[in-house]
Amino acid sequence: MKHRLWHFKGGLHLHGHKHMSMTQHAVPLTPPSRVVLPLQQHIGEPAEPIVEIGQRVLKGQMIAKASEYISVPVHASTSGTVIAIEERTVPHPSGLPATCIVIEADGKDEWTELHPVTDYQAMDPSALRNVIREAGIVGLGGAGFPTFIKLNPGPGNVIDTLILNGAECEPYITCDAMLMQEHPRRILDGLLVMKHALHARHCIIAVEDNKKAAHTMLVNALHEHESEFIEIVQIPTRYPTGGEKQLIKVLTGKEVPSNGLPINIGMVCHNVATAAAVWETIESGKPLISRYVTVTGEAVETPRNLEVLIGTPFRQLLEACGWQPEQTDEVLMGGPMMGFGMTSLQAPVIKTTNCLLARPKNQPHRHPAMPCIRCGQCTNVCPAKLLPQQLYWYARAKDFDKAQDFNLFDCIECGCCAYVCPSHIPLVQYYRFAKTEIWAMERDKQKADHARRRHEFHQYRLERKRQEDEERKRKKKELLKKTQGKQDTEEDAKKAAIEAAMARVKSKREQQEKKNVDNLTEQQQQAIHKVEQRRQRLREAETGNEEKS
Amino acid sequence: MQSIHSSPHIPPQNSVTRMMLAVLVALIPGILVYIYFFGWGVVVNIVLATLAAVGCEALMLRLRHRPIKPYLLDGSAVVTAVLFALALPTLAPWWLVIAGVAFAIVIAKHLYGGLGYNPFNPAMVGYATLLIAFPKEMTAWVPAGTHEISMIDNLRYTFLNALPDGMTYDSLTMATPLDTVKTELAQDRTMAEIPLRYSGLFGGVAGRGWEWVNFAFFLGGLVLIYMKVINWRIPLAVISGIFVIATAFAIPDPDLHPSPWFHLLGGAAMLGAFYIATDPVTAATTPRGQLIYGFGIGVLIYVIRTWGGYPDGVAFAVLIMNMAVPTLDYYTQPRVFGQEKK
Repeated sequence: MKHRLWHFKGGLHLHGHKHMSMTQHAVPLTPPSRVVLPLQQHIGEPAEPIVEIGQRVLKGQMIAKASEYISVPVHASTSGTVIAIEERTVPHPSGLPATCIVIEADGKDEWTELHPVTDYQAMDPSALRNVIREAGIVGLGGAGFPTFIKLNPGPGNVIDTLILNGAECEPYITCDAMLMQEHPRRILDGLLVMKHALHARHCIIAVEDNKKAAHTMLVNALHEHESEFIEIVQIPTRYPTGGEKQLIKVLTGKEVPSNGLPINIGMVCHNVATAAAVWETIESGKPLISRYVTVTGEAVETPRNLEVLIGTPFRQLLEACGWQPEQTDEVLMGGPMMGFGMTSLQAPVIKTTNCLLARPKNQPHRHPAMPCIRCGQCTNVCPAKLLPQQLYWYARAKDFDKAQDFNLFDCIECGCCAYVCPSHIPLVQYYRFAKTEIWAMERDKQKADHARRRHEFHQYRLERKRQEDEERKRKKKELLKKTQGKQDTEEDAKKAAIEAAMARVKSKREQQEKKNVDNLTEQQQQAIHKVEQRRQRLREAETGNEEKS
Repeated sequence: MQSIHSSPHIPPQNSVTRMMLAVLVALIPGILVYIYFFGWGVVVNIVLATLAAVGCEALMLRLRHRPIKPYLLDGSAVVTAVLFALALPTLAPWWLVIAGVAFAIVIAKHLYGGLGYNPFNPAMVGYATLLIAFPKEMTAWVPAGTHEISMIDNLRYTFLNALPDGMTYDSLTMATPLDTVKTELAQDRTMAEIPLRYSGLFGGVAGRGWEWVNFAFFLGGLVLIYMKVINWRIPLAVISGIFVIATAFAIPDPDLHPSPWFHLLGGAAMLGAFYIATDPVTAATTPRGQLIYGFGIGVLIYVIRTWGGYPDGVAFAVLIMNMAVPTLDYYTQPRVFGQEKK
């Protein structure tokens, strides 16, 4: 049955350069004398060391445990002695060092005790996820998201399709192609484990049509495997068809919502190498301590795939493939479209190292960036259907709100826009800058919010205390008033008597001492007399009242 | 191991220089046909405009403290100069050419910030300025194939304002077919009468010579689309714009309205559709925006030609739609991957 395919807008046809590293079988690389194991080789929180300096560890032994939910443990990739837990160069675009556990190998490569899972189908999916988590498995396609989380459908979600991504659309990289070619059964078995964990209805393995051999090997393995819910689909070779959202569109015609996850539309996508790693853990109990790495580029003599212990320094991989340092412009981890340049080759292979690409010196001259001429070629190739050119203007102007209005965070940094830009503007760099700035602002805002909330709570507490104090004072006063009430009335009576007496004395004195009223007219005297009479009446009335009371 | 770049690490294949060169190459068939029908004046204008443009560009880059070599080599000034020269009458004095180019490069381009920053098409700004300032010199053309003017005579006119004995400027030149049709229609003549009154001015469907020049520019434009230097949206929209409105008027009343073919193959229609309206800097950039932008230009070309006061409408149509670009781009943003269809 031919699977119907859809099309995603944009993208590029790139020269694959895949044959270079596909001419030879993958071989294990000699274990290094020293392995450097970063605590963070995945998206999420770094692992926490559980070994001490000087401690002897065995191959496959857990040396750092998962710290929080989004975290996975790290295991020793060979037996030996822990000689340091310190900051070392790690493969990261920033070039900044990070904490690593360094193990001096004893050369015995002695395994710890392993616990294979005998019947995974009898296991509860959550227990199965835990096994996968404890094995330190993360997405091996490049992002390194902890696999056990993506094997959890979550409450209420039904997984219709589980997709294994074998597109490997970036030029030069062939580690997945080689794995599919050499270990198709592992991938199929791993896929079934994943299917069990997710209760997925059916599964698709997608392979780009430039990997005929890998496709054939998978199809042959599937024939022996007799699983009817697995479909192996060839998809047109087009960059970036291996992007999760693009792949889902090509296979199902559905679009993962902007800012959403495949699980929102009932899909989950894993890398083929991740499936193989899951199977190794189930079958033999081995944690993730090695992986396939493509060593290629025009500056290595014998490009090929190597099976490498995690923690092996890059230099050793390159030297095993006839690296010519004097002809090397730069060494990239990853492909030419999305990889990043290495500042030091002492950096170790980590779980997400898929490729080392030694770029030659004699590349075409890099032109300086010219002004944007708004030609819109970037818009034509953007697989996220964004307006890269507008994003560029806003990122450049640091107008981050506008950049977000134009959906900056839907950008997958595939680099198609920069590849076609006639003005040679490093567009992706601008988008990364804008994203980093926005993240930093978010973090600052969160901090500020936190501080504000704390301040507000503090103020509230002060206010509450003040109100309580006042209330207490008021009650106390009331209580006091009640007890004093009786004494008060007696005192008032006394006071009134004294006042009355004083008033009488005063009026008598006024009568005796006539003031300047001697030479008055009769009328005036009469008027005064009237007033006096009225006053007299009033006084009598007052005294009468007082006497009554 | 000295340089660390941001991804992608494959050097870009395309460049501004390559795009501009492609435009110049695609213009060649049209230019050749133009020379064939209208004489050496075309070459004189192109060479003079190019030299002036490169000079102005270098001067402005120097004044603005920009690196001269990479910006001169981008070819944008040359493209502006050639497009401007192709819009000029073939018999043009040197000061006319230089004034127009200087205005285009200095004012319309560099005073707005140079390559990539100018909101208006520089060549059309130069042309429009001349049309307003020197209407007489800008509207009189030597009709196609009527007079054999040698290169030397043409240069003598351009630089010395001297014509061969027995020839005067007025006897050599006349209004263009587009202009003539407009004037005649205004005097109540019909489309059937007009070509009879001006023998030799009209060809098969449009102006004599003009129709072939337009056809050659159309072919060159197809090459540009094939090479992905321009995309199909703007040219198609311009052509549709002219075609739709011209047909709407010509079908009910063919006596008083020239056919759509007359408009599509007349004047600067094809030059405008494929080379001028598609100037990336000043055109709309969203797919839907480009369609509206192009269609608007097409309709405006017809409107200005038919009811406006100028012989051709390409320059003003383009400039008017240039103004609308920010708004168009804003309201026609494409649906982002994974967003609900609106």
